[in-house]
Amino acid sequence: MKLITAVIKPFRLDDVRNALAEVGVQGMTVTEVKGFGRQRGHTELYRGAEYVVDFLPKVKVEVALSEDLAERAIEAIVDSARTGKVGDGKIFVTELTEVYRIRTGETGDQAI
Amino acid sequence: MRKPTTITALTVALWPAIGASQALDSGDTAWMLTSTALVLFMTLPGLALFYAGLVRSRNVLSVVMQCFAIACMVSVIWVVCGYSLAFGDSVGGYVGGLGKAWLSGVGLDALSGTYPESVFIMFQLTFAIITPALFVGGIAERMRFSAMLIFVAAWVVLVYFPVAHWVWGGGWLADLGFRDFAGGAVVHITAGVAALVAALVLGNRSGFPTTAMPPHNLPMTVTGACMLWVGWFGFNAGSALAADGAAGMAMLVTHIGASLGSLTWMACEWVRYGKPSVLGIVTGMVAGLATITPASGFVGPMGALVIGIAGGLGCFLATQFIKRKLKIDDTLDVFPVHAVGGMIGLLLTAFFSATSLGGLGLDEGVSAGSQFGVQVVGIVATFVWCAALSFALLKVINAIVPLRVSSEEETEGLDIVLHEESGYNL
Repeated sequence: MKLITAVIKPFRLDDVRNALAEVGVQGMTVTEVKGFGRQRGHTELYRGAEYVVDFLPKVKVEVALSEDLAERAIEAIVDSARTGKVGDGKIFVTELTEVYRIRTGETGDQAI
Repeated sequence: MRKPTTITALTVALWPAIGASQALDSGDTAWMLTSTALVLFMTLPGLALFYAGLVRSRNVLSVVMQCFAIACMVSVIWVVCGYSLAFGDSVGGYVGGLGKAWLSGVGLDALSGTYPESVFIMFQLTFAIITPALFVGGIAERMRFSAMLIFVAAWVVLVYFPVAHWVWGGGWLADLGFRDFAGGAVVHITAGVAALVAALVLGNRSGFPTTAMPPHNLPMTVTGACMLWVGWFGFNAGSALAADGAAGMAMLVTHIGASLGSLTWMACEWVRYGKPSVLGIVTGMVAGLATITPASGFVGPMGALVIGIAGGLGCFLATQFIKRKLKIDDTLDVFPVHAVGGMIGLLLTAFFSATSLGGLGLDEGVSAGSQFGVQVVGIVATFVWCAALSFALLKVINAIVPLRVSSEEETEGLDIVLHEESGYNL
């Protein structure tokens, strides 16, 4: 099993959600986050006082997947989140050792 | 003085005394009651919200608390001695005597001109409230609440009441013919200079100017600014002390000043930084209003156009200079917006009072040049008196109560440290 953590531009969230649903993903966790990468921050001006804003708002999407679905899901995220401009985000893929469904106690692929 | 033509400051001071010979006018009374409510509304909640939105979220309650407590405390001081020191019988032109202490002799029938003296007392009280409330912007986010209260209590007695007496209570500046219709010197210079002096004595907030300290809620600031705009009609048009043509004209030029100040500041930002900002346009509004305030009973619409533009431009440049060049942390820019605006307005009043420039006329035998000289005297006197007394008071109080919170408390935020509350529990 894999845990996919995608950090994307906030306005691409709906497209990413729909694309993942199309390949059969049945759940996800979404968090509003801030951070920076190669995309530079921007400056804000208040009555002429200039502030550099380093951390930009992004959305973090976490999806737990069975091995066979992982590749297609990553493809779906890349396709739906890409604008071609700097700041499109990153996808991190990690091994997932176990999953439990709290209600039934199911484990592994059954619990995803 | 507030009346544009023949009525001098001295007569205003004497009105209560000669009141018996004048009849109560219900129209004037109604307008003065209304104006009084409008001017209190400028402070609570107008100014409180304006300032609250500009500070960081951990200090939002502290500035609201400061404005609120000042309003209550100054009201008490006003009853005890403030009204008398400002508007009592003059002692050498410098301060009012104590004959009206505890508002002695003010009953149902006491008149001030054509309306009850109680209304005049309340109207003037709202000015005494907003002036120290404006000052709070200079010391925001770092001054200890108790020290602030002590300072303001002493400051209104030693600075505000005497200056109000000089200009409006029949004092020496009124005798000179100094023209400050609604408080360019009495309100805006005193508040701005005190804020600047206090900012220098207290020192910058930790992190200024390198750390980002953006306003935490601009819609709140805009809400407060809009209340200020409306309330200012009571401030300036109420200063006509009657429901008449002078009040109407004061309201008209006040509105023009606000509009032009806003547009000018917006244009300055657009040209200089590439984008017009919401904070910029509302700051320009305050600048335009502060600038038209001393002129509002003396100039016509054309004068107001020029004064509004001069206020927007002058205050914009002053703000950049204080913040970016001098790096003084007058936190909410009270000096560059209020004091500079007040000074520009007072100086331009000399010229735009002239009928040839659309004004309502200078006093007989007075030229624009000689009026300008009087305006300079008034500005310098107010500036120096306020700066010296504010500095001395702060130094004395600091020996008793530390003016500033500790740097750890400053980081934690005044709301929790001083008031055991937080503005937002979301």
